[in-house]
Amino acid sequence: MLIAIFADIHANRQAFSACLAQARNHGAKRIVLLGDYVGYGADPEWTVTTVMDLVDKGAAAVLGNHDSAVSNPREQLNLEAQVVIEWTRGELGASQRQFLAGLPLTLNDSDRLYVHAEASNPKSWIYVASTAEAARSLADTPAHVTFCGHIHQPALYSMSATAKMTAFTPTTDVAIQLLQGRRWLAVLGSVGQPRDGNPAASYVMLDTEKRELTYCRAPYDVEQAAAQIRKNGLPTWLADRLFVGK
Amino acid sequence: MVKPLLQPGSILDGFRIEEAVHIGGMATLWRVSRPGTAMPMLMKVPKFGEGADPAAIVGFEMEQMILPRLSGIHVPKFVAAGDFAVQPYIVMECVAGKTLLPRLPDLPLPYAEVADIGVRIAMALDDLHRQHVIHLDVKPSNIMIRSTGEAVLIDFGLSHHDQLPDLLQEEFHLPYGTAPYMSPEQLLGIRNDPRSDLFALGVLLYFFSTGVRPFGESETLRGMRRRLWRDPVPPRRLRPDYPAWLQEIVLRCLESEPAWRYPTAAQLAFNLSNPSAVKLTRRSERMKQDPLTTVLRRRFNKDLTRSIAKPALAAQLSSAPIVAVAIDLMEGSASINDALRITAERILATLPSARLACLNVLKQSRIAIDFTLDEHGHNKQVDRLVALKHWAEPLKLEDTSLTVHVIEAVDTAAAILEFAHLNHVDHILIGARQSSLLRKLLGSVSAQVAAEATCTVTVVRPSHIEEEKPSSGDYPAPKESVA
Repeated sequence: MLIAIFADIHANRQAFSACLAQARNHGAKRIVLLGDYVGYGADPEWTVTTVMDLVDKGAAAVLGNHDSAVSNPREQLNLEAQVVIEWTRGELGASQRQFLAGLPLTLNDSDRLYVHAEASNPKSWIYVASTAEAARSLADTPAHVTFCGHIHQPALYSMSATAKMTAFTPTTDVAIQLLQGRRWLAVLGSVGQPRDGNPAASYVMLDTEKRELTYCRAPYDVEQAAAQIRKNGLPTWLADRLFVGK
Repeated sequence: MVKPLLQPGSILDGFRIEEAVHIGGMATLWRVSRPGTAMPMLMKVPKFGEGADPAAIVGFEMEQMILPRLSGIHVPKFVAAGDFAVQPYIVMECVAGKTLLPRLPDLPLPYAEVADIGVRIAMALDDLHRQHVIHLDVKPSNIMIRSTGEAVLIDFGLSHHDQLPDLLQEEFHLPYGTAPYMSPEQLLGIRNDPRSDLFALGVLLYFFSTGVRPFGESETLRGMRRRLWRDPVPPRRLRPDYPAWLQEIVLRCLESEPAWRYPTAAQLAFNLSNPSAVKLTRRSERMKQDPLTTVLRRRFNKDLTRSIAKPALAAQLSSAPIVAVAIDLMEGSASINDALRITAERILATLPSARLACLNVLKQSRIAIDFTLDEHGHNKQVDRLVALKHWAEPLKLEDTSLTVHVIEAVDTAAAILEFAHLNHVDHILIGARQSSLLRKLLGSVSAQVAAEATCTVTVVRPSHIEEEKPSSGDYPAPKESVA
């Protein structure tokens, strides 16, 4: 089965639509969403409604720190993000806020674990930025493959049977076999706010039969997404950064 | 889970185990068969468990990742891989024949045979590098020659794939490879330079042509590191009749600095198969190793012993293409040849490591006997070589990046295509035939080349306005169409 996995959509309707269309074109049969549906972007209402609809049809979804911040004022965010979350609260209806508040921190599916940030302590929203955090995450969970997002930069870590770590920056569209003899941590790039220098939306496709993981990129209408951010009076840097993928 | 018992006659995932053909420290190789598959197959089963070398496990994992992605005649065909949780294995084509290892008692081999083996291995390496893989363990026991003549590279346990995680990179701090063949940069832990394979091939060529290993057999890190600053004894010192062109090639492969070696395996293959076109430098004449002062300077030069970031494999290969220019030397081709030269100049301006091969086809008639001399007694071959060099002269190329070739053939297009195929040419430049009457009668050579070539073909035409003028010093702007 082909599973399409998306992280950090951040209310970017244009980017998420482009990813969904491309993934369905490639034959995705199941959808997994790794959190941060809102924040930064200008279409939270459409995005959360779309996510709710996908979950209704069988998609799996976990909670991100921005989603948590919608109903939890104690969640720490940077200043720009805080401004957008306050605006987002007014954009979302009660059922949407309720949906976000009810999302789980982690989900297990067969030998896979879905989580927004580092998995040993998912509530602390720790970035997986190096082999050190990847090792901690893998050591603490039994899953063969862990999928997370949060950092907006794609990376693939593996741990050998002797607990040695490897790190790798994936090449777009090249399928990587997730060997069974070691355990893997796939860090996804962001759908709605890529920060790896490539403005195209980032997501992954997993072929469960072949055990192959492919990092994909979907180009989308950045101008439109940026215009929406400006139109709603959100910080302009959040619009500008979409053009450069930073 | 209970591990299935592996012994002759047992069945694993539909494969029938026949016999053990090799029992090594890291893996056992079984001959296997499967109903409906005629191809002879081998099953590689790694030795895991207590006391197993962790490198053996990682090497097996690398091979499991890389082999299914490879294709073509220069690698064993991948068939299947076993579930790690039950019984890890890889089933692949059993290549008929032997490795080059049994040839060692025959060394040194005749020079022509060494060059011939070298061309085959370099072609195989070029094919592998184009598939994003650096072998990193090129040695006689990892090379087989098919009955059809192609070299096959086996054992990808130490290989690096440019687009896949390198499981060996961070696992071990010691360099992995085979001591006598390992390149200096490999000793420093660099695993992403395709020219490391050219160094190993240089060691093999030196060994096969002299019977002596250029850097000895020391397996200690200290002994191996000597090659960072100590150059090998020139082969001519060991065999006085050693051809200068072969010494040039072998010593260039063995340069400690990768940038001084051939930029690609295809360019190395090209030189090995065209000895007369090898540009001889001081390397070819050397009788002695570098003086001690030079060696000491290298020994304590930190620049040589630090690791340098390398560009991606694909980028490096595409920056050093072989470009073949087909040049018509008939009367009235001057304007088109000028246009070809401008196009070639543009390519060379952006890709300084490119290599230009200028071709002219000396047409032979199908029936009549052809004479080497023309009606005035000039040697046609020599005249044309001179004309080709004259064409290339304004490009001011170094001899190492230019070769000229006159090919005798009945069919011009077929001869160009064959040259391109045999020499792994990346790009053909060819002019469109001018005379419409001739074109009607003979058909278009450029159209056939563009249609049938396996590489990029640029068909060049001079602009119409410039065509009217007699072509001289002013270059007309060429029109290009890329097929």
